[in-house]
Amino acid sequence: MPLEEVQSKMPEMKVADPPAVSPSAPPADTPAPQVQLNLPGWATQGGIMLLSVLVGLVIWHMGSTQGWDIYLNFRNIPTPGEVFEATLGNIADPEFYVHIGVSIWRVMSSFVLAVLVGVPTGLLMARNRIARAALIPYIEIMRPIPAVAWIPLAILMWPTEESSIIFITFLGAFFPIVLNTINGAEQTPEVLLRATRSLGASRFAEFRHVVFPAALPSISAGLAVGMGVAWFSLLAGEIISGQYGIGYFTWDAYSMVRTPDIVLGMLVIGGLGTASTYGIRLLTRPMLKWQKRTR
Amino acid sequence: MLDVLNFKKPEGTAERSVGKGQIKIEDVSITFGKGSAAHRAVETTSIDIQAGEFVCILGPSGCGKSTLLNAIAGYTPPTTGSVSVDDVEVTGPGPDRGMVFQQYSLLPWKTVYENVAFGPKMAGASRFGAGSVANTFLGLVGLKKFGDRYPAELSGGMQQRVGIARALANYPSVLLMDEPFGALDAQTRLMMQESLLDIWRNFGTTVVFITHDVDEAVFLADRVLIMSAAPGRIIEDVKVNLARPRSTDMATSPEYLEARQFCLETIRAESRKAFAEQNK
Repeated sequence: MPLEEVQSKMPEMKVADPPAVSPSAPPADTPAPQVQLNLPGWATQGGIMLLSVLVGLVIWHMGSTQGWDIYLNFRNIPTPGEVFEATLGNIADPEFYVHIGVSIWRVMSSFVLAVLVGVPTGLLMARNRIARAALIPYIEIMRPIPAVAWIPLAILMWPTEESSIIFITFLGAFFPIVLNTINGAEQTPEVLLRATRSLGASRFAEFRHVVFPAALPSISAGLAVGMGVAWFSLLAGEIISGQYGIGYFTWDAYSMVRTPDIVLGMLVIGGLGTASTYGIRLLTRPMLKWQKRTR
Repeated sequence: MLDVLNFKKPEGTAERSVGKGQIKIEDVSITFGKGSAAHRAVETTSIDIQAGEFVCILGPSGCGKSTLLNAIAGYTPPTTGSVSVDDVEVTGPGPDRGMVFQQYSLLPWKTVYENVAFGPKMAGASRFGAGSVANTFLGLVGLKKFGDRYPAELSGGMQQRVGIARALANYPSVLLMDEPFGALDAQTRLMMQESLLDIWRNFGTTVVFITHDVDEAVFLADRVLIMSAAPGRIIEDVKVNLARPRSTDMATSPEYLEARQFCLETIRAESRKAFAEQNK
């Protein structure tokens, strides 16, 4: 879209914002022109989002067409139009869907494994001193190691490329989930444990009815973070090894200098990451409905 | 409202506790910590509480009255001596001793109904059995209509009523109450005291009730045990000779005023002693 067209639209859209009145101006005799539209909140928000994205696209477009080189170099960056064309091309290519499908499958299986191992581990560590002392050194030392640093060992240790990629992705999701579970379970109010104990609850029932639900808000936050980390760990794994996957697609595009495909790959990763994090929020929401009613 | 008390005993729950709930506290003392950091919370104390008796333990805050209650509940093991209920030594918390806390002790992620049904469910009652017990006791505290609400949607007084229903749903022989109305406003508190007496009269369980409010203690109790400042020990055992059922207009009767006056003076003398002790 030509810049002039966007610019000509700008004043029109600005009308939606309340006109800035300087505080010194007497409000009584200079009634500000109230052209303010009473748009619902979501519409205003949506409008601002759209505008913001448009501005970003325009800057990108200008940068790459005019070959800006102001420390940041736009000269080799494809234009939005080129990326759009590449998107159309790839959408028609079945292999593109294989890349996406393989990545989704890897993230989902690693994530499910991370939840199945991470949540019970976290609950146990929060409520059992022996388990905590035994496991905390591993968690603390391994947690800061970035996914990329695991790649050489993962390749050496695991029998197949696939399993090493899943291992790396698993690690990415695992730590935020464990740490948030520990954190949440530690905040179980003591009075609730006492109350359930005197109602005849067994140790297991305490976990199921008190510790776990008390940790759920924190766990669901951990799941959302873990999902995000899983995606960028996956990418690290796919870039180094593998023949399929959206990370491989992006890296391959870089080696082959198909720059529009690089950007497309990045956008797909961003979109998938956002969508799956949102999916996690939707899945955990029903379990937290008691919290919503509390407010 | 109290017709619901003529219910049949649901399966999977204990026998209704008539004539049960005798508490024996023998030479109990409780010390926290060890060595130089040791802190004695309860001085050697012996108390006998009869089955079906309503006993208030009255004392200044921090005197160890909650600690003593926790020993009966089984949360805090006594350092010396022993606690037994119906000649069975207390070794841990159990459903025979229902506990009502000051506040926020309902499971916030369970509905009111699920909270009350929890105890019977833990005792192995069927879903149907636990449900009917829950309904009975919610009816008893006048909250049947609020079964599907979450605790946070109820007022403080209503939450405490659910807490009482939950504790009673296990048919305990003893009801232990740790300043249950302490966080309520004055009017709600008065109403709660009356309805607690109603429930107690019909249910007949032994009640041990912790409070620092003299009026509350005298209005509710058969016996008021006054505790000294820390380390706590029982310094007075006051019998309240007020007729039952009690009503709020008894607050002007000479028996009431006499008991109240005695408790107040004892506590005042005790506080003064504690204050002098602190300033030494």
